[in-house]
Amino acid sequence: MQTFSLIARGGSFWMPEQASTFAANTDALFYFIFYLCVAFFVGLMGATGYFAWKYKKRSDDDRTSPIRGNHKLEILWSVIPGILLLVMFGWGFVGFRDMQVAPTNAINIYITGQKWSWTMTYPNGGEDGNTLVVPVNEPVKLTMSSVDVLHSFFVPAFRVKRDVIPNRYTTLWFEATIEGEYPIYCTEYCGDRHSEMLGTVRVVSRPEYEEYLRGLAGCDPNAAGDDLVACGEKLFSRLGCTACHSVTPGVKIVGPSLHGAGAPGRQVALADGRTVPADEDYLRQSIMDPNAAIVEGFGPQMPTFAGRLDGVNLTAVIEYIKSLN
Amino acid sequence: MASHTDTHDGAHGAGHDHHESYLTAKRGLKSWLVTVDHKRIGVMYLIALMISFFIGGVAALLVRTELLNPTRDIAAHAVYNQFFTLHGAVMVFLFLVPSIPASLGNIILPLMLGAKDVAFPKMNLASFYFYVAGAIFFVATILLGGLDTGWTFYTPYSTQSGTSVITATFGAFILGFSSIFTGINFLVTIHKMRAPGLTWGRLPLFVWALYATSLIQVLATPVIAITLLLLIVERTVGIGIFDPALGGDPVLFQHFFWFYSHPVVYVMILPGFGVISELVTTHSRKGIFGYWAIAISSVAIAFIGFLVWGHHMFVAGQSALAATVFSFLTFAVAVPTAIKVFSWIATMYKGSIRFTTPMWYTLVFLFLFSIGGLTGLFLGTLAVDVHMHDTYFVVAHFHYVMMGGTFIAFLAGTYHWFPKITGKMYNERLGAISALLVFIGFNLTFFTQFIMGSRGMPRRYYTYAAEYHIWHQLSTLGSYILAAGLFVVLFTWVKGARSGAPAPTNPWQGMSLEWQTASPPIEHNFAEQPICRVGPYDFPEIDERLAPAGKH
Repeated sequence: MQTFSLIARGGSFWMPEQASTFAANTDALFYFIFYLCVAFFVGLMGATGYFAWKYKKRSDDDRTSPIRGNHKLEILWSVIPGILLLVMFGWGFVGFRDMQVAPTNAINIYITGQKWSWTMTYPNGGEDGNTLVVPVNEPVKLTMSSVDVLHSFFVPAFRVKRDVIPNRYTTLWFEATIEGEYPIYCTEYCGDRHSEMLGTVRVVSRPEYEEYLRGLAGCDPNAAGDDLVACGEKLFSRLGCTACHSVTPGVKIVGPSLHGAGAPGRQVALADGRTVPADEDYLRQSIMDPNAAIVEGFGPQMPTFAGRLDGVNLTAVIEYIKSLN
Repeated sequence: MASHTDTHDGAHGAGHDHHESYLTAKRGLKSWLVTVDHKRIGVMYLIALMISFFIGGVAALLVRTELLNPTRDIAAHAVYNQFFTLHGAVMVFLFLVPSIPASLGNIILPLMLGAKDVAFPKMNLASFYFYVAGAIFFVATILLGGLDTGWTFYTPYSTQSGTSVITATFGAFILGFSSIFTGINFLVTIHKMRAPGLTWGRLPLFVWALYATSLIQVLATPVIAITLLLLIVERTVGIGIFDPALGGDPVLFQHFFWFYSHPVVYVMILPGFGVISELVTTHSRKGIFGYWAIAISSVAIAFIGFLVWGHHMFVAGQSALAATVFSFLTFAVAVPTAIKVFSWIATMYKGSIRFTTPMWYTLVFLFLFSIGGLTGLFLGTLAVDVHMHDTYFVVAHFHYVMMGGTFIAFLAGTYHWFPKITGKMYNERLGAISALLVFIGFNLTFFTQFIMGSRGMPRRYYTYAAEYHIWHQLSTLGSYILAAGLFVVLFTWVKGARSGAPAPTNPWQGMSLEWQTASPPIEHNFAEQPICRVGPYDFPEIDERLAPAGKH
């Protein structure tokens, strides 16, 4: 819930803070349409109110006008709005076109959506969960896909949004203009915790961005100072496991608490009636093919991590889960 | 007026002696359940629609109550998701789509045409039972564990969801037949069963609106039927159509879904336009401003409406070129809609306006629908829609159009034809109070949603940021006022139907043919074949000498 405190600032009455190069144009277009609408609405309701007052029935002898149309007026009120609509269309198209094609020098970051977290994969191979760190005043292109259902990546402060689809890449790009933290919302309904599929964009200086990337690469079990459990703990958070699994005894978020899940000799009762030993192989299967053996009392909600977690990193996560006692 | 009624005055006198009203001509439950009388079928639809609206409305109030605070108030995540799905699915499939055509259209259309019934009375009854069957499937969905996909059934979530997706989609599939049957019936009735003298140029605009609506119902509904069947096949047999895990394409589902569901927006709103055209003229005692512009714009909207479905998918992964074309066509629909609003307001000019309850609701409609229409411009504009898409701005927009438009027109029309349907008058003071409460409650509920939406609040959220708290609280407060107003409406109708003063044949001095038979009408509508001699808006108050200089 910490993300919530980040957005209560700035912007105009109708629009949130402007923190990308798109924001000024989108807002200018918004207010252009807004004031036109206000003018038309006041005109229409003014006429309605005036007619209602002026031509209220006075007596049974009232006589009314035989006017049944006026071609000049009708052409006028078709053509003038028509022209204004063309302006809106054209302006909206130009803004939209600019959002479609990222500059060739944009930093490419991969985004993976899954129920109910985001994973960001940086050019150096580093991964992080729910936090997108980008340098200020540099174009960034996001190449996005989902591992389960539809999601949508929305940063209100940047005025960008794009659906995130399984088995396909969609892209969006932006250039952040002000350092700070901005919320990421999932805006395509994706199930129980849709409203908690939140993230944060941290816009930082170039040196801070580079520093951050170096830190991400630090999760290497082979490197000095990072044992398997410590590395597994980082991966557990970055891959978004914490969105659904607590590590506190008895605290159920969506999936089971993983406290003691891999305790030596533990037997686990499954939804299909079987009981199996909760050994390393069971933990591995639960990560790579989660719906093959579901714990009793839970549903088939978890996406697979096959293809995203392998080798020593998979081992690290399993070791971390085993350490939760 | 005199020329219009001379053939009927005698008929009325004789009618009361020899013909019983349709309400009392036959008695007993069975006489209703197997009736082929369009008026009785319409009344049964009216009651069924009100029950559906009540269920959908309770779900809406549960949604609003849960959103009072950013965290849990009354229900868990999964239950909240079922509330908003139930609200949307019931309101769209069981209320808005059939609403005005199946109830007011069924009762009034044949009367307006001077016909004895619709062209296929048994098909009309079948339509009602298809509706009931579809509704039973929706109730079964609730009992069998609910539905949590949202009313849009987007894949692959709907392929994977553990809730009763098949029951619900099959319900919607059956409801499609109900819709098609009504559409075919109306098209044939309008073509073949108009009274002598009732030329196309003398058709009341409500009839034109129902004609355009029926065209869409017949042409678009098969597409949703196919789409829902494909979804059922995918879930049951595992053939990959929409689910990428099976090799399907989830965006294809969105194309199919909106190819139906956007035209259906016009199935919902066009009949409301028709109602407003009748009411603004009759209660202003003026001819409609631009009869042909309004009549033809309904048909134009019906056709262009088929070509704009992609504006639901600007950020969904369709090509930028497609998005651009859809944006352009969306603005093309805005023009005929704007023409209608201008024409209704111009109709009041130099009239003699009676502030009856139907007129109050007509004014509420003009206010709310104008906001609904204008806010659509933000969403048709590509760059702005990227920001607004799937936020509360969209939620507010379609409630202003669907509830502020269609539903308010439904209330207005039901008040207007209440004397004809029940043979009783309702209480005007209560009617006006209900309109005021509905107006205040509606704007408080939904205008706040524009503000939070444009500030970034996504739709279908169970928890939300503290920034939006105040707007959610005001919106929930508004929904309670709105609900109170709607209970006043219900009370007014029940009280009027039970103990209202007897209604005269023509309480509003209307010129269309439904006002030329008794209130309530006799079983076969007219004692003798009515003949249409004047246009539907040739009111006796209209004085040709008041024509502006230079005009005829």
